[in-house]
Amino acid sequence: MGIVIDHEKCVLCLNCVANCPFGALSVENGRVEVNANCKLCKLCLNNCPVEAISLEENRYEELNKDDYRGIIVYVEHDDGLIHPVTYELIGKARELAAIMNYPVYAVMIGYRIRQKAEELLAYGVDRVLVYDHRELEYFRVDNYTNAFEEAINYLKPSSVLVGATTVGRSLAPSVATRFRTGLTADTTVLEMREDSDLIQIRPAFGGNIMAQIKTTNNRPQFATVRYKVMNSLGKVENPQGVMEVRTLTAEQLASRIRIISYDRLPPVNDIADAEIIVVAGSGVRDEKGLQMVRELAQALGGTVGYTRPMVEKGIGDNHHQIGLSGRSVKPRLIITCGVSGAIQFTTGMNKSDLIIAINSDRNAPIFRIAHVAVVGDLYEILPELLRLVQEGR
Amino acid sequence: MHVIVCIKQVPDSQKVKVDPKTGVLLRSSADTKMNPYDLYALETAIRIKEQTGCRLTALSMGPLSAKEVIAEAMAMGVDDGYLLSDRRFGGADVKATGYTLAQGIKHIDEDYDLIICGRQTTDGDTAQVGPSVSEYLGIPHVSWCRQIDEISEKEIAVKQNLNEYLLTVAMEYPCLITVEKGIYQPRLPSYRLQKASEKKEIRIITLDDLPDNDPDHYGASGSATQVEGIFEPNSELISEVYDGDGLSSARQLYDKLVSEKFVEVR
Repeated sequence: MGIVIDHEKCVLCLNCVANCPFGALSVENGRVEVNANCKLCKLCLNNCPVEAISLEENRYEELNKDDYRGIIVYVEHDDGLIHPVTYELIGKARELAAIMNYPVYAVMIGYRIRQKAEELLAYGVDRVLVYDHRELEYFRVDNYTNAFEEAINYLKPSSVLVGATTVGRSLAPSVATRFRTGLTADTTVLEMREDSDLIQIRPAFGGNIMAQIKTTNNRPQFATVRYKVMNSLGKVENPQGVMEVRTLTAEQLASRIRIISYDRLPPVNDIADAEIIVVAGSGVRDEKGLQMVRELAQALGGTVGYTRPMVEKGIGDNHHQIGLSGRSVKPRLIITCGVSGAIQFTTGMNKSDLIIAINSDRNAPIFRIAHVAVVGDLYEILPELLRLVQEGR
Repeated sequence: MHVIVCIKQVPDSQKVKVDPKTGVLLRSSADTKMNPYDLYALETAIRIKEQTGCRLTALSMGPLSAKEVIAEAMAMGVDDGYLLSDRRFGGADVKATGYTLAQGIKHIDEDYDLIICGRQTTDGDTAQVGPSVSEYLGIPHVSWCRQIDEISEKEIAVKQNLNEYLLTVAMEYPCLITVEKGIYQPRLPSYRLQKASEKKEIRIITLDDLPDNDPDHYGASGSATQVEGIFEPNSELISEVYDGDGLSSARQLYDKLVSEKFVEVR
């Protein structure tokens, strides 16, 4: 399978070479050739004026998609403390599963976690599988992959969702590779088609474009999903699900990774968890402006966030940087002050409940995603706003 | 002892723009560079070489132009360079890329000890190819290493950053690690090494050289995922605009915060 160029038809206009976003086309010995950078985005196909480019499709052995049913959510936890991305994934899995009338499964791997696992049933999970062994006390990719493999062989799910966290992005590729199936990283949008194909959308090129990806002919379909993008649907009224404890053999539990020590890191005041954020962008030019932003955040009971240029200037740290190279946030309220709204920034915050943008440039891209656009000078607006909020009248 | 570092040549991705009329991607230049995260993998590997005297190889996959990043790695201190380059490798997803690299590693040396990768690339951005390579090779891996505690002829001990906690673990060879940005400060290429490496050949590995040379296992054919399309991120409509003078905008904003219950009126 791949892009095929008909050299007879090609007039060497080089339109395709110039427009290939991946640098996958070049002229070799007077002919346009495709190299290994090709991502099959098919832009060249659509833009060739003489239709010299075509896509050679694979001939697949037809997969029976009906052999696979249900969606597994991996339950990430730290010593029983369930990571909040799990509830978001369960919420998304319930929405996706409803389209296919599929069950939602949760798989939890660890040690002394049965009670925590059982609590997940309240969130509308149909079946929770638990792997509870001393050897699984800490995350080790090899025996965790074995446990996950057992769950997949047992349940035969159509899709598997894993949080795109540090653990998730080590575990999911290992399990997906074991099943020789497809995996999409860091997805931000998931949709279910009626033929059970999971449509996975993720930012590419630092968030400049979105890529829509599917797993054509393999099951299960794996996606790691970004934290703070999906909605947790909360608990259900009459949970009907069941918990099932599975046991593994000594061979499956064996690990080639030896734990030496486990140290809990001091909690980082991470902006990803903030409910209210006030962001300072490059339009905040001086210490006086920064002070106003800090005071506004404090008066609203929120946290200050920064754009990448501000962090690069040494104002604010990585834990408070919002955007593709920083944190993704989904607060109830975000007020951006002097932020132009480069896509690398907005990708990290455009799911916020209420977005208020203050910028003096009426055409700033931030206004394309803002719910409230305040066009004006922040040095005029913030002092008055601060006074009103602080005085509460 | 033999350490292999996986590196990649990436485009300068921040420069990509979408033409609003045609939806075509516009690139201001075809500039490429070494994936910045790979510099940390190289620095880690070179320090291990300095400490143990191991043999150090760099492996990349891509078009022939990717020789440039291998040459750069050699100028930093890598002994040998290999490039997996074949048009049949094109269109590879995580699954096919992981497989190709694993096959390349087997081709170079069945008795490798340690594979080192950067945490992610700046173009693919998945952070998932390294773990996939380890699974294909049937060896354990530790991702997100932020410190090497000990290294011997037999095993490596590392600190792994897992957000809320730090796990210190040890693995015997063969194994794979991916290292965090900032594990060590990468050195600059040296002129002397650059001159010396100019005489060395960067060896090209094609599909026919690999232990498994079934083309269906590589590139787009060997991939399980397919890009259906690319598009510009959605832009939503503005619901409210305040564009009066500073004082009136502040008042409107305040009223909004009150009505949304972010400010309590005393």
